Amino acid sequence: MADNTTAGEVVLAADGLPLKASLNRAMRKSRRRALFLVAPLFIFVLFSFLIPIFDMTMRSVDNWHVSTLMPETTKALEGWDGEAMPEEPVFAALILDLKAGAISREIGKVGTRLNYEKSGLRSMITSSARKSKKVTEGPYKPQVLKMHKRWKELETWKVIKRNTAPYTIGYYLNAVDMKYDNKTGDIVMQSEDRQIYTTLFIRTFAISLAITLICVVLAYPISYLLATLPVRYSNLLMIFVLLPFWTSLLVRTTAWIAMLQSQGVLNDLFVFVGLVDDADRLQLIHNLTGTIIAMTHILLPFMVLPLFSVMKTIPPSYMRAALSLGANPVVAFVRVYMPQTLSGIGAGSILVFILSIGYYITPALVGGTDGTLISNQIAYHMQSSLNWGLAGALGALLLFSVLALYLIYNKIVGIDNMRLG
Amino acid sequence: MSETTEPLVRFDSVQKSYDGEILVVKDFNLDVAKGEFVTMLGPSGSGKTTCLMMLAGFEPATHGEIYLEGVPINNVPPHKRGIGMVFQNYALFPHMTVAENLAFPLEVRGLGKSEISDKVNKALDMVRLGGFGDRRPAQLSGGQQQRVAVSRALVFEPSLVLMDEPLGALDKNLREEMQYEIKHIHENLQVTMVYVTHDQSEALTMSNRIAVFDDGIVQQLAPPSELYEKPMNAFVAGFIGENNRLYGEVKEINGDYCQVELEGGGGMVKALAVNIGGVGSRTTLSLRPERTTIGAAKESSTNSLEAKVEELIYLGDHIRSRVSLSGNDQFIVKVPNSHGHVHLKEGETTQIGWEADDCRALDA
Repeated sequence: MADNTTAGEVVLAADGLPLKASLNRAMRKSRRRALFLVAPLFIFVLFSFLIPIFDMTMRSVDNWHVSTLMPETTKALEGWDGEAMPEEPVFAALILDLKAGAISREIGKVGTRLNYEKSGLRSMITSSARKSKKVTEGPYKPQVLKMHKRWKELETWKVIKRNTAPYTIGYYLNAVDMKYDNKTGDIVMQSEDRQIYTTLFIRTFAISLAITLICVVLAYPISYLLATLPVRYSNLLMIFVLLPFWTSLLVRTTAWIAMLQSQGVLNDLFVFVGLVDDADRLQLIHNLTGTIIAMTHILLPFMVLPLFSVMKTIPPSYMRAALSLGANPVVAFVRVYMPQTLSGIGAGSILVFILSIGYYITPALVGGTDGTLISNQIAYHMQSSLNWGLAGALGALLLFSVLALYLIYNKIVGIDNMRLG
Repeated sequence: MSETTEPLVRFDSVQKSYDGEILVVKDFNLDVAKGEFVTMLGPSGSGKTTCLMMLAGFEPATHGEIYLEGVPINNVPPHKRGIGMVFQNYALFPHMTVAENLAFPLEVRGLGKSEISDKVNKALDMVRLGGFGDRRPAQLSGGQQQRVAVSRALVFEPSLVLMDEPLGALDKNLREEMQYEIKHIHENLQVTMVYVTHDQSEALTMSNRIAVFDDGIVQQLAPPSELYEKPMNAFVAGFIGENNRLYGEVKEINGDYCQVELEGGGGMVKALAVNIGGVGSRTTLSLRPERTTIGAAKESSTNSLEAKVEELIYLGDHIRSRVSLSGNDQFIVKVPNSHGHVHLKEGETTQIGWEADDCRALDA
């Protein structure tokens, strides 16, 4: 093999062939069998995971509408400098495209796309397309200008020109509360009252971090108990830990609604013991509190399991050794036991954090307005506003930030040190 | 034991039960003098490790009191006992370097930085691991980890060091090497050691005294030579070293000696009456293989029996001969591979002889 020469002499097998080639041939069969075994899962993952993710990510930059549905205008606008109103050939091309679009009933998509950039352009496009059927001969410029007042604005043409490019970062700008200034073409911040996504991203990360921390604090003692108890007790306790897994997510979330609502079990109890007054019952659900409580409950097992599996492998002799060396139990625990559980804390934290960052059902049901997360916005754009480009951009940003976190974690802790069980 | 000096460690009728039904340790009494090396030897489940854990403070005694330098320590938590301990699997902290492991007991005692590094270096030099301070335990070999564990148990200069089967995980050669090393450390530092093992050769090599455990009871507490040469009961005789057993009935007791009629038709033999009931009781005769003579020497021996050679195993320095004698076909005789030694053949009949003083009549 050629790449062997760099390492100096080629090692030969007994038959005179390079050893690497012989080894490759010997291993081929087992490699083929391994490939065969993973093939079903690989194909499944490919079609159910990798291709959809790639597709959504492509949609977040794809800008096919104008260039595909208005090919003539796109061609005519190629040489336009954007300083003054376009000339007659552009308008002739526009009429051609509008006519074709009106017949194929596809022109509305262009309107919708342009409307994301500047509101009002949808009606301009659709009404002009309707009127374009009557136009038979030139000159076209005055006729088009008469169709809708927006055609007279230079800004409109700048938006169209910008979107003749097949790819755009417009959705990403949108996803981080920025936009193109339609007059100058510069990238600027959205106006204050329209900035929602950065706040949502920050809130999503903050809530996820809070849930992760609460999970660590709650899971650590119970995992320690599970790992140190005799097996017959720890098995029983483990069932209680895993019980949430056996119940439908929806059932659990609705159970929390029954528990936490203002006329719910918890508030009734507080009123009964006199903790709060009947008149001002605590608002525990349909807000941030509700999201955090319900999600912590749901994600807790994901923290307990890795912690437990790590703690299980730490023999009691380490604590005993620390004690015999003169450390009091607290010092022994902090300096000897806890550092050995770091890999479990890391694994559990990254698991809980990544799961909660993309959580959808629970915040949608119990989150109210200030407890919803970015995933709820993605769902909104997927299902209601049908702005899939923006949904794709938001989803991709979420995906990339998780990947970035994963890389940072790998850099600091090392993925090899992570133990999930 | 000297009566005038106070023992460093004293177990006073200590009992231990885990479940309230079975006593794991039954009435354990032991005095350990300062500077002594005492080994608790016994098969697994005999209660020896439990005794060590009670001394270290990890298991409470169910009954009885343990004294350290005259002070009862039943209610003293382990970290205040100041006892060094070496664990079976070393228990070196994996997230700390070797030097940090050694510094740990000094840091928790609040020593200064320079003093700590001095003592750590000295401790590493003592076990010939100077320069290994920056390594992690996982980067060391088993023997090196073992030495680190020993030096960590010694670095804070405890008056008592406990070792719980510390050499169990090492291979044979390394184990023997470490036995001498620990023995030398003990001699050099004059530190008191209590050592737990199930390996009798380990116990014989290192100890001043050995407590042989079985079934929660100390069967015999004696220096190694006495334990080997003068076992007080059949368990000790069988557990320490190789041992031939012959069963019989006591026919006559004459002072220190007795006449025993062997089961299996071997006839009457004279034996040392060590641990027997009255005339008519059953007894086990214990006889070390190296104290028997074979063939020619039959006239000079007190006892002489006819035996059939069953098997010969060549072992270099001696020939291990299995013979059947008085119905016992597992009787072992060691024939030294010396100049002009007896040459046996399998299947031949020969005479086995021994002195009455080497044949101890013990409990059945």
